[in-house]
Amino acid sequence: MTANQIMFILFALMIIVFSILTVTSRKILRAATFLLFVLVSTSGLYFMLNYQFLAAIQLTLYAGGIVVLIIFSILLTSHINQKFESPGLKKVIFSALASAAGAILAIVTLLDYNFSATTEAAKEVDMNLIGKSLLSVEYDGYILPFEVISILLLAAMIGAIVIAKKGGPAKIQSTILNKE
Amino acid sequence: MSTGIPVQYFLILATIMFFAGVYGFLTRRNLITILMSVELILNSVNINFLAFNRYLYPHKLEGMFFSLFVIAVAACEAAVAIAIIINIYRRFTTINVEDVNEMKF
Repeated sequence: MTANQIMFILFALMIIVFSILTVTSRKILRAATFLLFVLVSTSGLYFMLNYQFLAAIQLTLYAGGIVVLIIFSILLTSHINQKFESPGLKKVIFSALASAAGAILAIVTLLDYNFSATTEAAKEVDMNLIGKSLLSVEYDGYILPFEVISILLLAAMIGAIVIAKKGGPAKIQSTILNKE
Repeated sequence: MSTGIPVQYFLILATIMFFAGVYGFLTRRNLITILMSVELILNSVNINFLAFNRYLYPHKLEGMFFSLFVIAVAACEAAVAIAIIINIYRRFTTINVEDVNEMKF
């Protein structure tokens, strides 16, 4: 067994165990911490696949940004020591059956399928190539999705600020609800 | 490099992660934990894109750029969803999905 395979098994075990713990843990802050472990080991997989740029993005944006945002909103909206009541047994059984059936179906299908790789030489993915194809208008360029995603980011930023802003309609609505 | 590991292993791993996310999406009642399940689902899809790109089409970059855009969309989605969750908490003082059943109309 090579070092590669040992690393893959380590990352895979971490991802499987912690992603199941993320969806079953009854303390919400622990669930967020398990999610962080899942995201970090995923970036380890990206390093194994030789996509260093994307692994760095995964570490900074997912593990650094989104998890911190989630933890902040947990601290704003719930008590740390509060435990969820466990969902009903019926709900757990049916959800587990549905997801297990889906997983088994997908795994059987993809073990059955015969993947055939191309014989062309692999391309070295360096920052130079990424930057040039992200801003190129040629056949292999990605300038249009790049512009669209930047508009989307701007819209999401403005939208998040406007929605979370205090006062205005929110206050009036809550007083109406209290009267009823 | 990823020599000695068949592409199917990556896909099986991503499948298990995806369906763990689906299970969480179905059983959880707190809005933030539902959001965490959605992040798991998006992340597993990214693993699939990159494994296909590296193993089957290593001379192209489509999978890599697609997962880059998926990460950007996930970041937008998390930001807007958390803004909505905080606004809901301010109105209803709870973020349990079963207690939040009124809309403004």
